Amino acid sequence: MKFSQVMSSAGEWLRGEGPHHQVVVSSRVRLARNLRHRAFPGWAKKTERTQVLELVKPHVEALPEMQDSFSELLQDLSALEKQVLVERHLISREHAAKGVGSAVVMNRKQTLSIMINEEDHLRMQAIRSGLQLKSAFKLVDKVDSTLENKLDIAYDQRLGYLTACPTNVGTGMRASAMLHLPGLVLSDLINQVIQAVNKIGLAVRGLYGEGTEAMGNLFQISNQTTLGEKEDEIIARLTKVIETIIDKEHDARQMLIQKKPDTLWDQIGRAYGVLTYAHAMTSKEALNLLSIMKLGVDLGAFPEDRRLPIDELFIETQPAHLQKTSQQKLNAEERDFLRAEIIRGRLKLFPKPDMGKVAREPDDETPSELNDNE
Amino acid sequence: MQKVNLCDACSKEKGVQDPTGFALADLLLGIGAAEEIEKGAPAQKCPVCGFTQADFKKTGRLGCSACYHTFAEGLESLLKAMHKGTEHVGKLPERAARQLRLSDKMRVLNDNLEKAVAEENYETAANLRDQIKQLEHEIAN
Repeated sequence: MKFSQVMSSAGEWLRGEGPHHQVVVSSRVRLARNLRHRAFPGWAKKTERTQVLELVKPHVEALPEMQDSFSELLQDLSALEKQVLVERHLISREHAAKGVGSAVVMNRKQTLSIMINEEDHLRMQAIRSGLQLKSAFKLVDKVDSTLENKLDIAYDQRLGYLTACPTNVGTGMRASAMLHLPGLVLSDLINQVIQAVNKIGLAVRGLYGEGTEAMGNLFQISNQTTLGEKEDEIIARLTKVIETIIDKEHDARQMLIQKKPDTLWDQIGRAYGVLTYAHAMTSKEALNLLSIMKLGVDLGAFPEDRRLPIDELFIETQPAHLQKTSQQKLNAEERDFLRAEIIRGRLKLFPKPDMGKVAREPDDETPSELNDNE
Repeated sequence: MQKVNLCDACSKEKGVQDPTGFALADLLLGIGAAEEIEKGAPAQKCPVCGFTQADFKKTGRLGCSACYHTFAEGLESLLKAMHKGTEHVGKLPERAARQLRLSDKMRVLNDNLEKAVAEENYETAANLRDQIKQLEHEIAN
């Protein structure tokens, strides 16, 4: 499989409509594994790294899940191609900085991606659309079990899987979900939620993980600890917290519809207006406005069949995707022009927001006896 | 995060010689992390990969899987502060499970052998030795 094929298909997790897809964009589970008694990638010399790579890569490529896979050495990818993979969350920003001695292997559907010699010898991740942490874990766990029979994996009776960073030791697992929370942001409740989540030992991060800014009202929530708790317990705990956040987000949206409809319509109208008519747009502005459009689709102000073009624009308007599509290197200003042009094109035939179609949930205050009598 | 500006004299007093090294390990693992690991293994070097605690101080990462053994003492309190527990309770790889079963079996055989020799029960001892040899072969494979 070639890079152009990766580029031309958006990846199943983006198109799929998993459970709770209105709020949960995607679920990811990654496992960190290392070979016993081999220097971790950050400490290994170039020859050692290459040896590990040559040892590991054939087994990864031979996985039944990796038939017709995209497999590439990092030094053979251009900076732009690496950035495209980062924007799709198929490799990490750290991995994009790697060269000789590192590789990435991913399946055709872009639901499984394995980084070789990132911070650990193996970083395997499964991505699913919506809230599907359990099934993402199942996939990556199966792959792990297959590889475990071929490779001598560093495992300690007491400490579990041994990783380069002590923060990952034990299960080596990081489970995370990308949440779209415009309701909580617009009603100024998001900080409260983040603080509560942090307090129970879970991490909240921006769009591209550690140390990145939250844009487009997108937040990543993940487990912080990996030792002393079983994988399925971690996933169950995380899922429960995410379900609570989903409820809070829906409550916040209903509250906005009922108590602050004018603010909400103003936001949606402005997003529609600016995206439809602007001629220059930064990626941050695009993400923030597209987020409001997505909210508009969720609430019924735009027809459901307009969801996909909006979701696709989230990815297509990212800097590297723009340049890869246009086949040229562009400076920031040129990118902003092109980004606005692509968005205008997509929204040309987009219907105006119809606030009358917004679905209001039945008033909670309806006396319950009334329902019982029906 | 708390930012602290230290003058030359104060930084020496607080043992901050390399400001970047200080920042990295502590940023990652919390203030005092680098000291913790140093306390456990003064001037120790990993026999497998040559990694030292000074390297950990610099990078916040370990050198290889054997480092967990080399620096076990220093790591213990670190892991305790960092995680929910100090022992892995999750997935057990098939290979490790098999190894675990075999080494349990080996222990029993060795115990019996010792007993047989002590009782001068040489026929049993010879039998046990054969079994141990076979098991060693299994473990090696």
